[in-house]
Amino acid sequence: MKKTTLIFIAACAVLMLAAPQFLKNYGIYLLTYWLIFIIATMGLNLTVGYAGQKSLGHAAFFGIGAYTVAILMKAGLSFWLGLSAAALICFVVGIILGFPALRVQTIYLAFATLGFNTAVWLVMRNEEWLTGGTFGINNIARPSLLGLSLDGNLAYYYFTLAVTLLMVALLWGLLRSPWGKAFTALRDNPIRAESLGVDIQRYTLLSFAIGAVYAGVAGALFASLVQFIEPAPFTVGASIMMYLMVVVGGPGYFLGPVLGAAVGVVLPEWLRFAQAWYLFVFGSAVVLLMIWLPDGLLSIPDRIKAKKQARIESAARSASAQAATKNGASA
Amino acid sequence: MNHPHHHDRSAGQPVLKVSNLKKSYGAIQAVGGVSFSVMPGEIFGVIGPNGSGKTTLFNSMLGQITPDTGKIELNGEDVTQCGPLELNRRGVGRTFQTLQVFGKMSVRDNLIVAAQEHAGSMFSRMFAPTDSGLGAKADALIDQFHIRHVAHKKAGELSYGQQKLVDIAMAFMSEPDLVLLDEPCAGVNPSLVGGISTLLKQLNQNPKIGKHSSFVVIEHNMDFVMDLCHRIMVMVEGQVMAIGTPDEIRSNKQVLDAYLGS
Repeated sequence: MKKTTLIFIAACAVLMLAAPQFLKNYGIYLLTYWLIFIIATMGLNLTVGYAGQKSLGHAAFFGIGAYTVAILMKAGLSFWLGLSAAALICFVVGIILGFPALRVQTIYLAFATLGFNTAVWLVMRNEEWLTGGTFGINNIARPSLLGLSLDGNLAYYYFTLAVTLLMVALLWGLLRSPWGKAFTALRDNPIRAESLGVDIQRYTLLSFAIGAVYAGVAGALFASLVQFIEPAPFTVGASIMMYLMVVVGGPGYFLGPVLGAAVGVVLPEWLRFAQAWYLFVFGSAVVLLMIWLPDGLLSIPDRIKAKKQARIESAARSASAQAATKNGASA
Repeated sequence: MNHPHHHDRSAGQPVLKVSNLKKSYGAIQAVGGVSFSVMPGEIFGVIGPNGSGKTTLFNSMLGQITPDTGKIELNGEDVTQCGPLELNRRGVGRTFQTLQVFGKMSVRDNLIVAAQEHAGSMFSRMFAPTDSGLGAKADALIDQFHIRHVAHKKAGELSYGQQKLVDIAMAFMSEPDLVLLDEPCAGVNPSLVGGISTLLKQLNQNPKIGKHSSFVVIEHNMDFVMDLCHRIMVMVEGQVMAIGTPDEIRSNKQVLDAYLGS
């Protein structure tokens, strides 16, 4: 992470503050939706992109966050208590989900987390007494902050933006601390990391737990945004979509989720003109992106830099070879 | 051979003491009752033909496999059952035969991450500065290893020899009491072998970069081993054939017949 990234974030924040002036109600709603998915996928980026753990269960945490807030608010508790409970529950369940990662890796871990997502989704669908089953939970209220109602889409948008910036700042701080290097070491070479005193078991569990907290907070915000939740948005398919957002943005790039979530949330809206062809166009775009940019959109500057560096080094090599030939000839 | 850096290591407690270590895989006994000690500041070489049990011995000392019987003591404490993490925390550093750097991190960050977990608690490290206060120490090693010009490059972009140097430097960042070097010359350009030997001698006796470390070195390059090590253990078929100074090993007829040749 560089200072330019921080400046970019500040510029984006200013842009996001001004954006609603140019948008209608649905546009503001969509931007809020995007912000929520930025939070969720930032958590997944920590688990997948920084710590290298293959998780296909992120939507389950998103759902746990959403249902926790919805159930507690229906029980008469405040949104804030629900939000805190969502974060705490996701942290604990995230640690539990991390345990399989201590035993299995790669595709096997992906399947273990996929199984977890399916189990959570079945609870949401079948335990009607708690979750409302397929009927879901409706009329979820939006919170108020210091006596200020966040009921309107615009107010809720600014509230979500503030929470997003807070979550971005917290993750930024975490990744700048020695923890960031420890997560990267865990991803790049766990055996070497352990030989250097990096407690790979703890960092693995924490990468799941912190990632889950981000999904839980996003889920809580999501419940109050849509004001009606049912199991459909929390399927394995949704987890795969979140994973796709991380991969498209650039796993291990701090701002990858911002772009990835835009592709996953905003791009489908722009592609509405394609009507029935929308999924085909979207799918083809993703296939092409994976072929040309397997490290995600944010790898473009690095690729340009690497090519430029290779050109400079190649020019230097041929210059020194020419000089050597000249010297040889003159001798 | 004359070793000017060979100071008195006969007195005091050994850094590493291995007693009657045995390890079998099914019917095959890889290591059969090996005992030796490494004294503070000593460079101890382990040589032997392929299949002589060197790697099994090394992996036991590194906590990667548990021996069937025997005892491994580090500074007088029994560490036979300790895993790699615990051993590192207790002062054991290591290098790997194959390159094991963190390819996407800069060289400097590779060195910093190599020691950051030794300072404070995990919780306190969440609020620690990016370089964990290890920047100056990393820079000193970078200079000593002559890799200043690539310090900010990603380690994965370096040449094999440069990565090997980073790999070795990483093992010394946490000022370990004991460093286990697994074939430090493997795959290295012959012109760099002498450089690695000089660096290891400096690190063995230069208190500026840390305290005196003891080394255990597995290596097939005999010139390197004979030049670097204070004492050498020869293993053949899981047993210790001889332990002695390089001169003693070179003139040991049994060793000459079995391994070194005439």
